[in-house]
Amino acid sequence: MNKKFAGQYAFLRARLIGRPGHRGWLFKAMIYVLLVSIGFVYLYPVLNMFVTSLMGLADLLDAAVKWVPTAVTFDNYREALDVMRVKETLINSVVGALLPALAQTAVCALTGYGLARYQVPFKKLILGLLIVTFVVPPYVLLVPNYVMFSDYGLLGTLKTLIYPAMLGQGMKSAIFVLIFMQFFRQTPLSLDEAARVDGAGEARIFFGIAVPLAVPAFIISFLFSFVWYWNETYFTALYLNGNNIGDTTKVSTMLLELQNFDAMYKQRVQQVASWGASVMGESVANEAVKMAATVITVLPLLILYFCLQKYFVEGIDRTGITGE
Amino acid sequence: MKRMQGKKELPAGAGAGGGRHLTMSRKKSLVGLLFVTPWLAGFFVFFASPLLQAINYSLNKVTITAAGRKMTYVGIGNYQDIFLKDAYFVDRLLNFLKEIILQLPLILVFSLVIAILLNQSVKGKGIFRTLFFLPIIVVSGPVMQMLISSGSTTIPLIEQYGLYEMIEETVPRFLREPVTGLFSELLLILWYSGVPTLIFLAGLQKIDPTLYEASYMDGASSWVAFWKIVLPSIRGMILINSIYVTVFLATSELNEVIDLIRSNMLNASKGFGIASAMAWLYTICILAIIGLCYALFGRTQGGEKPKKSGGKGRKP
Repeated sequence: MNKKFAGQYAFLRARLIGRPGHRGWLFKAMIYVLLVSIGFVYLYPVLNMFVTSLMGLADLLDAAVKWVPTAVTFDNYREALDVMRVKETLINSVVGALLPALAQTAVCALTGYGLARYQVPFKKLILGLLIVTFVVPPYVLLVPNYVMFSDYGLLGTLKTLIYPAMLGQGMKSAIFVLIFMQFFRQTPLSLDEAARVDGAGEARIFFGIAVPLAVPAFIISFLFSFVWYWNETYFTALYLNGNNIGDTTKVSTMLLELQNFDAMYKQRVQQVASWGASVMGESVANEAVKMAATVITVLPLLILYFCLQKYFVEGIDRTGITGE
Repeated sequence: MKRMQGKKELPAGAGAGGGRHLTMSRKKSLVGLLFVTPWLAGFFVFFASPLLQAINYSLNKVTITAAGRKMTYVGIGNYQDIFLKDAYFVDRLLNFLKEIILQLPLILVFSLVIAILLNQSVKGKGIFRTLFFLPIIVVSGPVMQMLISSGSTTIPLIEQYGLYEMIEETVPRFLREPVTGLFSELLLILWYSGVPTLIFLAGLQKIDPTLYEASYMDGASSWVAFWKIVLPSIRGMILINSIYVTVFLATSELNEVIDLIRSNMLNASKGFGIASAMAWLYTICILAIIGLCYALFGRTQGGEKPKKSGGKGRKP
């Protein structure tokens, strides 16, 4: 009797839960349920954002309308595009993210390569300092850097973002140095030796052998740098607008516009008095317009992400982020 | 060590080698140094020297006059002012610390769970991964602010089931506010788990699958395998992630402390001195948390050490 039960139990267990490498259907079903439900929670804000941005005023006020707008309208986008002055700010955003990202990727690749492939003097010390630059919050450097930039008349220009990136002190540069270091360690040294025997110089080895083998690392670094620079507003606001953080008439990025959206909206409505009822009193941007503005600011990143997500998702294990 | 000294003796060595002829290894180490030079320069210009200046600023009262900046030495006066006169800073700093201590373990657990789920062999893996890493792209100060203010980040279900009343009854008073805040920002925590999930996933993929099978043959359940195989092998990743998350939360633009630092800096009556002193206090707190993480997840077991020395030994 006992034996029979044990046998049935083992049979059921094998079918339902299975073993490593060959899972039963209950186990699998549970995984799918968890993945889908967590996935929904993940996506909830994004979905909500998209849906709300397409709603008209009537749908916004109607509590019964939650997920499917009765009428899709793109007016919100038109308004948001106008308020954020996307024509001007998009260029700033792209330049302000692209140049520092490129500079940072290049310098971090050089540094990582040097540390990984050569017996650099004081290597341990340099690695320690690298960690220190990551761990110390950049806000300590806020005042001195601000003073330095203002002394050299760089405030209000994108150079304040590009120069530090060019010398490997951009946003979270240390991470990228470590990624590159880890990556360059994986390429076999014998390749270098062979090239050296054939008379290749060090620069030739770097560009001819190391760089082509490290393409995933370059893409990952560039992507992350770009995204982080695009999303940065704290330093950008300070360095670009100086004393008047709210004053976005100077060089401005899309994220800064989004940050000050309410103020910008008010200003805009006062200028263009043809935007309907809200003109009379305090004009406040409604939810739909705000969400439309948010969609606009993240849209370029989303496009980038979906184009390069293969590298993003699969490149991770190859870059060996996990190293040190 | 030997090589470091070798560098110092360079002129003598070069002379012995016959004029400008460098030995191979010295030449190589110099080339390596050349690769690292831009970073070193940046370190001194944009990190080390500002850091020293920041100490200087924090010990001075800086007034901006028409003629330029005027520094008057006040010793630890700025720090005293922050504790005795400033109404917000200490309060906000404590709030932030409370938040980080609550959020950090949650983010670590969530990201580990998600990483384990994503590491299972399921169909549509790519789609799920794409989905789960999406927040990495979207998380930024202004965007989060918009989403929070529109209520997109709270799950309506949580409020409906009377969770808040339950918390009121069970949780001690001083923790109540952070805990309810936690549930209303559950989504934020999930979203912040993006990069840690990525790191955990990469770590999980390095575990040899035969280990699981061997443990199964020996009668270990998945639960046991998790504690005995998975957790020890990703110990290093837990440390990395805890440091990453701390730094991430500390530099998040939703953080009120850093807002205060900036507004004080631009405030004429308080100025650079107070702002620098605040930044230093903040930094010390962050470093303390990171030190704590290191003490908790760092190399207390021998497992990590051979890996490190192995990594070093591989180099020529």
